[in-house]
Amino acid sequence: MATVSMTVNGKHVSADVEPRTLLVQFLREHLRLTGTHVGCDTSQCGACVVHLDGRAVKSCTTLALTCDGAEVVTIEGLAKDGRLHPMQEAFRDNHGLQCGFCTPGMIMSAIDIVRRKGHDLDEHTIREELEGNICRCTGYHNIVRAVAAGAQAMKGGEPLKKAAE
Amino acid sequence: MYAFDYHRPKSLRQAVNLLAKVEDAKLLAGGHTLLPTMKQRLAAPANIIDLNGIAELAGIERKGRAVVIGAMTRHADVAESPIVQEAIPALAELADQIGDPQVRNRGTIGGSIANNDPAADYPAACIALGATIITNKRKVPAEEFFTGLFETALEEGEIITRVSFPLPSKAAYMKFPNPASRYALVGVFVAKRGAEVRVAVTGAGADGVFRVGAMEEALKARFSPKSLEGIKVPSKGLNSDIHADADYRAHLIGVMARRAVANATGKA
Amino acid sequence: MSATGIGAAVRRKEDQRFITGKGQYTDDINRPGQAYAYFLRSPHAHATIKKIDAKAALAMPGVIAVLTGDDLAADKIGGLICGWMIHSKDGSPMKAGPHPALAQGKVRYVGDHVAVVVAESLAQAKDAAEAVKVDYAELKAVVDPAAAQKNGAPQVHDVSSDNTVYQWHLGDKAATDAAFKQAKHVTRLDLVNNRLIPNAIEPRAAIGEYDPGTDAYTLYTTSQNPHVARLVLSAFVGIAPEHKLRVIAPDVGGGFGSKIFIYAEETVCTWAAKKVGRPVKWTAERSESFLADAHGRDHVTRAELALDDRGRILGLRVKTIANLGAYLSTFASSVPTYLYAPLLSGQYDIPAIYCEVDGVYTNTAPVDAYRGAGRPEATFVVERLVEVAAREMGLDPAALRKRNYIKKFPHQTPVIMNYDIGNYHASLDKALELADYQNFAKRKRESARRGRLRGIGFSSYIEACGIAPSQAVGSLGAGVGLWESAEVRVNPTGSVEILTGSHSHGQGHETTFAQLVSDRLGIPIEHVTVIHGDTDKVQFGMGTYGSRSGAVGMAAIAKAIDKVIAKGKKVAAHVLEASEGDIEFKDGKFTVAGTDKALGFGDVALQAYIAHKFSGQDLEPGLKEGAFYDPTNFTFPAGMHICEVEVDPQTGVTTIERWTAVDDFGTVINPMIVEGQVHGGVAQGIGQALLEGARYDENGQLVTASFMDYCMPRAGDLPSFTVGMTTTPCPSNPLGIKGCGEAGAIAAPAAVINAITDAVGHEDVAMPATPQVVWRACQKAAQRMAAE
Repeated sequence: MATVSMTVNGKHVSADVEPRTLLVQFLREHLRLTGTHVGCDTSQCGACVVHLDGRAVKSCTTLALTCDGAEVVTIEGLAKDGRLHPMQEAFRDNHGLQCGFCTPGMIMSAIDIVRRKGHDLDEHTIREELEGNICRCTGYHNIVRAVAAGAQAMKGGEPLKKAAE
Repeated sequence: MYAFDYHRPKSLRQAVNLLAKVEDAKLLAGGHTLLPTMKQRLAAPANIIDLNGIAELAGIERKGRAVVIGAMTRHADVAESPIVQEAIPALAELADQIGDPQVRNRGTIGGSIANNDPAADYPAACIALGATIITNKRKVPAEEFFTGLFETALEEGEIITRVSFPLPSKAAYMKFPNPASRYALVGVFVAKRGAEVRVAVTGAGADGVFRVGAMEEALKARFSPKSLEGIKVPSKGLNSDIHADADYRAHLIGVMARRAVANATGKA
Repeated sequence: MSATGIGAAVRRKEDQRFITGKGQYTDDINRPGQAYAYFLRSPHAHATIKKIDAKAALAMPGVIAVLTGDDLAADKIGGLICGWMIHSKDGSPMKAGPHPALAQGKVRYVGDHVAVVVAESLAQAKDAAEAVKVDYAELKAVVDPAAAQKNGAPQVHDVSSDNTVYQWHLGDKAATDAAFKQAKHVTRLDLVNNRLIPNAIEPRAAIGEYDPGTDAYTLYTTSQNPHVARLVLSAFVGIAPEHKLRVIAPDVGGGFGSKIFIYAEETVCTWAAKKVGRPVKWTAERSESFLADAHGRDHVTRAELALDDRGRILGLRVKTIANLGAYLSTFASSVPTYLYAPLLSGQYDIPAIYCEVDGVYTNTAPVDAYRGAGRPEATFVVERLVEVAAREMGLDPAALRKRNYIKKFPHQTPVIMNYDIGNYHASLDKALELADYQNFAKRKRESARRGRLRGIGFSSYIEACGIAPSQAVGSLGAGVGLWESAEVRVNPTGSVEILTGSHSHGQGHETTFAQLVSDRLGIPIEHVTVIHGDTDKVQFGMGTYGSRSGAVGMAAIAKAIDKVIAKGKKVAAHVLEASEGDIEFKDGKFTVAGTDKALGFGDVALQAYIAHKFSGQDLEPGLKEGAFYDPTNFTFPAGMHICEVEVDPQTGVTTIERWTAVDDFGTVINPMIVEGQVHGGVAQGIGQALLEGARYDENGQLVTASFMDYCMPRAGDLPSFTVGMTTTPCPSNPLGIKGCGEAGAIAAPAAVINAITDAVGHEDVAMPATPQVVWRACQKAAQRMAAE
């Protein structure tokens, strides 16, 4: 066992874990943050995407111990003071989800797209940038619209946190 | 995943010492090949030495007529680097096509090169650009570094620290991705530096990255897509799998090479 | 139309929990004291098990139990069942081999369940599984359905010497043969409908729990139909009596058919919970989903279409071999028979049809219903034939279709179905307009200038949904009726709970069902809650599949609402001291006709529970009604999808440039959700046509066993879709609904392949039409042109 400490959704957390514990297992099993999902075992579906020091990563392909001292944000940490993040609102408004299982990863990835590519996103860019997230329900049509709308809605919000450099 | 012991050195020196000391160790960089392999229980190292805490291994700098990239530099950082974009735009574009955005946020150039997956993108750039792989012990020309399928010239206790890419006058990378995995089904990197032209192919070769001499000779005479017309790459020694037979791969090498040259000459 | 009533694009009520990470999927649930199950699976496609030695595994840290098929047999736990009896041409019943939840003596596909290890942690269970020693005697495997019936092929089950499950047929052979004798033109095609792996993004999972105090079990599982699971597990598998087994299917992350079936894993977890005295949890890894979820499609077909000299269809003859895999899954037998052949008339007036289907065993994962289930296969046959016939005869493919469309309804096809209504010309015309068909030639020239090949493909699909009239399916061999149930519970304060036997796993029932209630009862949608997926709450139901929840599930709710209104009128009559016949209900108010005496819905609800204004002899207190709705006919959603592609002949890469869908789903409750269903269905159909294909090697190893090799559609593979509607309300459905869930998956494959073959000028393009396949087709077309 080894001790790991990190900040998750603004809260300091610490636990003893087996070294083989993945970040997603740490979140789901130790912290009971079950909004982050596991949809594959080859790092492709993106259901497990969280923000690690401001960047979207696949938490199924990251050791919890690697994240010692890091800042992690999950889908549960997006809403502030009972107010949804604009990207969350955009997914509901544009019917960007059906079964909801890929949705947390999609939303976390979408916010990362805005960080990297800005607020004015064309359809082609969004489709290319969603390469690491698989949805089986929506055919992506409404996800693309949700990401574009969410990116616009984020214009008014707080400045995006720059990735730790 | 099997159980293992975990180490997180703070410096290259500590990492090298650990590597010498602990049994059956693997270095963890971005982890996007190693961890999935371990999750499938296809690898079972007793010790993991995590390089993510070593700040000195990351970073990009311009050194004269070369760009030097630290081994722990993430693909996304190479893709977005103004230095790389200005000096070797083809390299930035290559980095931007590896895996997917989340993979690029974690995966590193050193990890990719050390793994030498036959369908990885970076080996093609290293060979075509004539890169030098710098380790804690020595400098290895790319030509001597990639020795076979998942095989490199790295010796025991050796850690890649940096990769130095000399600046080409013209270069481009054309990738035909495997639609499922996003690895290269065929990737062709062409680079011209002075009179020297190199054409390096990844994804297709059964032994990993290779050069196409006939194309290089033709392009030396005239660096134009037209020079490649009629040059057939033999399918012998190329991969065949459910996604592409060897002869289709051979054909794609021709198409991707022509498109890369067109791109490099601004005629795409 | 109110802002939340029928026809309104209401934002989904369920989304709040999903967008905030508060959904409750099975794997999100943890029970106190739970242990973890890991299944040891067969590495061989076909082998006898000589011995299983678990001694070393049992000694490993954290291991609680290692259970095998022998333990199941000792506890007299029965095998898994196939619930639809198919009879062969000669009248003999289908040959169903045994299907134990854990292998008994033999394994029949890679991934077959050999043993389960239960341990304190998943990692420990997995570690111990490697220490279980299994002594196999390997046997030769058969994976190709076309080879399974041949002499000398390895025999999968003792019950069938030539691996044939049934040799079934439908239609009039003599009449069809006669039609072909009359024909001036015959189009023949050999088609493979590629095998698919459903891959809902939530992997299957199960938690079994046993309470010794009440001798009762609870199973949390990823099911589209928890009541059917309970019925099968109690009545057939024999784990517990029905009243001692509660099945909960909480939030389920997509199904597409694959979560209809009752699998080995949930069976074993439930049974093992009592054996080990702990809750037992299992969650599939994706690689397990690939190996052991039921796959879809996998047909090999010879099809022939007979036409007269003007392009009128005279007859259709089809011979199909359907791969059913190593065991008959829950509904496997019905998919390539009654869900397939009765749709072979398509939208066309075809005088004679004859179809033969051989179902065969192979050493591959079981094959069962996957989105569309039989109907995509039928549409692919019909629409490829019609398109190729038009090309061969030099006719416009749209014109040939129009010439043969059914124009008068009801229409009795030669293959069981009686189409009640439709307007196929209307959907074709609208689709041609939305697709800007008239300028296609211009776009094709423009593509050619850039060295690209542009093609267009049509698909006039039809499906039979609203599954299904119980008497009809009973006569065809179904083991159960396919009605649906509903209960409307009105609370004293006027809020309403709807209990439904349908199950939502992405379809948005919590919203659409509430819209119906809001509309009918005139109450705010916020006052309605929809409850589903728990056998302790909902008494019984048949679940969600076959585009049935709108047409059948909502019809049951509507029926129960009518009863609530009728009871409400009685209550209002007592309170308002009027005659029951004078009470009218409209816009949420009970009014005495011709007066201003009225009570709101909430007032009537309160009075029903207070019960001061009537005696129990006059009227029972309370306001709660249930209903069972059994449809009188199938419903027939239909439409036209047009696909426009551009092919890069140098690489074979196909890009979908335009997608136009015009569907007739009858009444639409929530157009936003309905369009979303079309998008998702089309994406899966495009996936089948361009990207997805399960491949086994000759030894029965699954080569496409992860997302690294099995290509799932990603955002960049797909276009935006143009979706239009035409409407002919379904006359046999009380709400006019036909259903929308599978349309896209049914229509799309033929449209894509018709477009690619049009672009490259070569008809032999197999699915998935990967760049390599299309490039080879381009090469062949070029060779043929050179030769001509």
